Amino acid sequence: MAAYALSTRGLTKRFPGVLALDGVDFGVRPGEVHALIGENGAGKSTLIKVLTGVYAPDEGEVLHGGEPVSFGTPLAAQRAGISTIYQEVNLVPLMSVARNLFLGREPRGRLGLIDFARMHRESERTLREYGVHTDVRRPLGELGVGAQQMVALARAVSVDARVVVMDEPTSSLEPREVETLFGVIRRLRADGVAVVYVSHRLDELYEVCDAVTVLRDGRVVHTGPLKGLERLKLVSLMLGREIGEVRAEGTTKFGGDHEAASAEPVLKAEGLRVPHQLHGVSFAVRPGEVLGLGGLLGSGRTETAKAVAGALTPSAGRVTVAGSPVRTGSPGAAVRAGISLLPEDRKSEGVVPGLSVRENIALAVLPRLSRAGLVSEARIDALVRTFMDRLRIKASSPHQKAGELSGGNQQKVLLARWLATEPRVLLLDEPTRGIDVGAKAEVQRLVDELAADGLGVLLISSDLEELIEGSDRVVVLRDGAVVGELTGDDVTEDRLMEAIAAAAEEEPVTEVPAASVPATSEDEGAPDVTPEGGGSPAGQLTPHDGESAAPDPLSAPQERKETPHG
Amino acid sequence: MAEATALTRTAPDRSAVYAWLQAYGVYAGVAVLLLFNVAFTDHFLSAENFRTQAVQVAPILIVALGMALAIGSEGIDLSVGSVMALSTSLVALYLGWGPWTALAAAVLGGVAVGLVNGSLIAFVGVQPIVATLALMVGGRGLALVLVPQLEDVRDPGMRNLGSGDLLGVPYPVLVTVALVVLVAFTVRRTTFGRQLLAIGDSRPAARLAGLPVRRVLLCVYAASGVLAAVAGFLATARLQASDPTSLGTLMELSAITAVVVGGTPLSGGRVRIGGTVAGAVLIQLLTATLIKHDLPPSWTQIAQAVVIVLAVYAARERGKR
Amino acid sequence: MSDTNTRHHGTRPADANAGGSADGSADTHGRDAEQAPPTGHGHVPGQAASSGPVRSRPRAERVSAFAQRHGALVALVLTAAVSALSFDSFADPGNLQNIAVSAAFLAIVALGMTFVIVSGGIDLSVGSVFALGGVLAAWGSRHGPLVALLLALTVCGGIGLVNGLLIARARLAPFIVTLAAMLGARGLMLNITDEGADTFLVAKDSLFADLGREKLLGVGVPVWITLALFLLGGVLLRRTRFGQHVYAVGGNEDAASLMGASVARTKVSVYVLSGLLAGLAGALNAAWLASGVTILGQGMELEAISAVVIGGTLLTGGMGFVSGSLVGVLLLKVIQNVINQIGSLDSAYQQVVSGAFLVVVVVVQTWLGRRRKARLTSPAA
Repeated sequence: MAAYALSTRGLTKRFPGVLALDGVDFGVRPGEVHALIGENGAGKSTLIKVLTGVYAPDEGEVLHGGEPVSFGTPLAAQRAGISTIYQEVNLVPLMSVARNLFLGREPRGRLGLIDFARMHRESERTLREYGVHTDVRRPLGELGVGAQQMVALARAVSVDARVVVMDEPTSSLEPREVETLFGVIRRLRADGVAVVYVSHRLDELYEVCDAVTVLRDGRVVHTGPLKGLERLKLVSLMLGREIGEVRAEGTTKFGGDHEAASAEPVLKAEGLRVPHQLHGVSFAVRPGEVLGLGGLLGSGRTETAKAVAGALTPSAGRVTVAGSPVRTGSPGAAVRAGISLLPEDRKSEGVVPGLSVRENIALAVLPRLSRAGLVSEARIDALVRTFMDRLRIKASSPHQKAGELSGGNQQKVLLARWLATEPRVLLLDEPTRGIDVGAKAEVQRLVDELAADGLGVLLISSDLEELIEGSDRVVVLRDGAVVGELTGDDVTEDRLMEAIAAAAEEEPVTEVPAASVPATSEDEGAPDVTPEGGGSPAGQLTPHDGESAAPDPLSAPQERKETPHG
Repeated sequence: MAEATALTRTAPDRSAVYAWLQAYGVYAGVAVLLLFNVAFTDHFLSAENFRTQAVQVAPILIVALGMALAIGSEGIDLSVGSVMALSTSLVALYLGWGPWTALAAAVLGGVAVGLVNGSLIAFVGVQPIVATLALMVGGRGLALVLVPQLEDVRDPGMRNLGSGDLLGVPYPVLVTVALVVLVAFTVRRTTFGRQLLAIGDSRPAARLAGLPVRRVLLCVYAASGVLAAVAGFLATARLQASDPTSLGTLMELSAITAVVVGGTPLSGGRVRIGGTVAGAVLIQLLTATLIKHDLPPSWTQIAQAVVIVLAVYAARERGKR
Repeated sequence: MSDTNTRHHGTRPADANAGGSADGSADTHGRDAEQAPPTGHGHVPGQAASSGPVRSRPRAERVSAFAQRHGALVALVLTAAVSALSFDSFADPGNLQNIAVSAAFLAIVALGMTFVIVSGGIDLSVGSVFALGGVLAAWGSRHGPLVALLLALTVCGGIGLVNGLLIARARLAPFIVTLAAMLGARGLMLNITDEGADTFLVAKDSLFADLGREKLLGVGVPVWITLALFLLGGVLLRRTRFGQHVYAVGGNEDAASLMGASVARTKVSVYVLSGLLAGLAGALNAAWLASGVTILGQGMELEAISAVVIGGTLLTGGMGFVSGSLVGVLLLKVIQNVINQIGSLDSAYQQVVSGAFLVVVVVVQTWLGRRRKARLTSPAA
């Protein structure tokens, strides 16, 4: 076997109170795609940051081509041929695509001044290989997220990298963009580049990776070839549990369906439009019902939830709660009407990190707990105690800062905040993303209970399994419009994938008048969306290998893979 | 960035020292200055001196209270000095109708500037530093347009307010104490206070929680404007003159210093009123000490510059997000 | 940017089969790239990451981009034209010369401020540093022009260095550091001048005085120096790696650092540059006035910031250009000149107008920025 292109020996990194890395031995060979996985807090990010020069290790060493190295800065690592693509696109949105691509290594002409003509020419040529066809003089921020990610990738690779580190590169990509990415990764492997690939999506790992290293609590618990390693075994390594347990925990904690079909809708959204984002979205949620919102990234799911909750201002459309209209564009009005939103971005839009758990829970109901603008501490205490018990929020005390809690507990604090307002509708945007398995199950169970108590729930989840098992009904969005609905026995992953796949092949429907939105639940058969030649899309798109947990339901047709080179 | 992070991560002791300094440094500083003056300054321990110091600290402290609210909401109000100037101009213009009318006019002026600031910040979405900078430029101009040069203020009522006392406590000090109590109570015990802190800590989260973000911000800057106007009124009463050219210049800096030295982080989400009081006292004592030891005023400016840099330096580890 | 429309057809041969209709629908609806209808994609292989058809900007956006970039110039031309028609004395060569020279000093300060603001910072110390530079240069001029300039530049550059180190290395907030520096520099200046009582004179026939008072081709030397500095500044910001780093640091500091730009060095450099230019402007001003006047420079930081922002530089950083700042300075000075010409108006109106201008520009910028953001961040992620 070839020598390691990049490796570590006994790497240890401490942060106050935390041993982030504990004697980590890790290595990636040239021409190898090496998966690095682990649960949140396992030390993946820290390891990457040490490898790429962001942190200096406390003990141990990084070996590059067999030689011990110490990169003081990301730049030093980059110059040594180690490039990184971060989870969020880390480029400068206001600068042009070309300037982003060439920042720090601009071609220079006379007098050492930058040769823009050459830079633009080379940028266009490079990006074409990555399937990005755009005017490279446009500000990068005008591109879609996927295209931005590709620019980041092109940048990372084009600095003559020998090692490329990818930190969850697919988290904001659409399935067909993921395919292009995989094409690039395979090309890198063929060129003998070592790739470190971090992802939570197991399917992706099995598709592109050769080897895997599993981290847990800052330690390497497994390293070896990926082929032949059972998926369940991998999960059990990550979680540190026995396989039997994983099997039991592997399924979601959602119970059965709820009987709600007959009741009047508690929430109705009609013809919601937000310029460039939503083009007439309508749906209804009945009390005691969990309505799933399906669709790909960028289909308008989050925007729909935000528009209903007043966080986005719709240019047209109506939201009614139990028949009475809600003023749109005002979160306050929505809260007063009984709509509450658990936002996707929990850290920046959910908890108030500097305030205590107690203050966070009481935040939305302060006026109700006050008299003449003066808060009643006793009533707050009573409320907080109730909800901390009921939701089993684990905090050292009610006065601990919310920002110090784990993701799952933060999510529960948010739920408590909303439940305190006695809402009628709960909008859950990726409620279990990034929280550990135990808390995930608890949150799922809780959602179930709440629906059983008569709340109307709107559930958005990229976890297909969660969406299907949690929802009684699923409305499918694409390009900011409703394109289908699954009810009853049709709420299955296959049906959902079909609906999305069918939608993706359809002619663009830029304006869907509210009236033309498929009527709800009038047929129990196939999804309503049947574009011209209903059978053909299903035939073209072969959902890959039928794995149930597939987060990306779309696998691109074969022909697409072959010609990324323009 | 990497270095800074590494530094704080590997030196918990040092960051604990900074944390202590941020929280209590201001009290230690005040104590040191007091001891120094008791030991080396003639006639420092006299009722008269204390009264003088208290009267002089009053405007800084009142302005600093408003600044603390603005900073707590993750904002800043650079227009306070100009509001003081505007206030003194309005007092000169309306004193003919009696001191109370003059006060009302000054306060209305402060509210108006505050509302403009607040609207720019809350409704248009302009950064606080930029919005209040514009009013800082325009406000003093307006004050000078109203009253182009220094005017004497001769009014027995004003004079009594500026230099009279109740049981030996000068009126400006009484007013200041009342305002300190009022603001402290508002921050701690009212929904407005809680909402203000939540907004300062995380604006998007507060918005999504249904808090009336715009209204709260509008109130914050209006309050800051009112407090600065009151400070301008009191200063006019004490000086017996309306001088919009120089009144309140660099006041924004003194107020920010008082707030920051007092341990309120510039990143918002927290307001320390006790610390702010101590911060204002610290600045006043520093100035008084230098003057009493015959150092020219320029030294005061240099010293204040050093103090403010030290204060933000001590606060930086914890204020960082 | 206005040629986007014509370019994209050339660069995207793959689109040919999609035909104009796809382009049309994407354009008219102004969708974000990611959401663009997949009409084209369906048949074009390997296009996964691409945006849809390259979108030409809708007219509204082109107009706003134009307003951002050239609004100040339009306002300047209009104001100057109206002034010239209204006041006979305005277009007088002597008056124009006056405007040019008085604009020169502010312009030099604004040039440094442009770099600072583009890097995402702010420098409130320039007014004090300007005054300090003038006093130091006047004091040093008795030993010759070289000493005068070197003294002013060294001390003022040093203040910029301290600012930069505190901001970049200690990571303190720029406005507070430079506010402290404003106080410190003024304290220092008062200290050397015996609390403002001493005024150092520049000998009228000295070489240093010539620097401020001589004319070249009928135009004052400070004006020539200013133009040269702006030319250099423009090249520095647009055409060098350092300039790219300034943009990158202002646009997204974390990204810039991860992309290998030296954030700290870039920041320190812009504050040093700002200090140097403010000091130079002060020195030239002292040469022009033949004395180091201690009361100068108050409020100059606000004027400089106003000029830069009016000139189209984004106060939040990451976007801007030096020529706009020059236009912004000229606009402020023309307005000031007009106010002076209307004898009945007090000079305080200048401040009111500046403040009002600042409010308007900032409101428009924020509004445009928000619209742009709304367009850019439409996809869920």
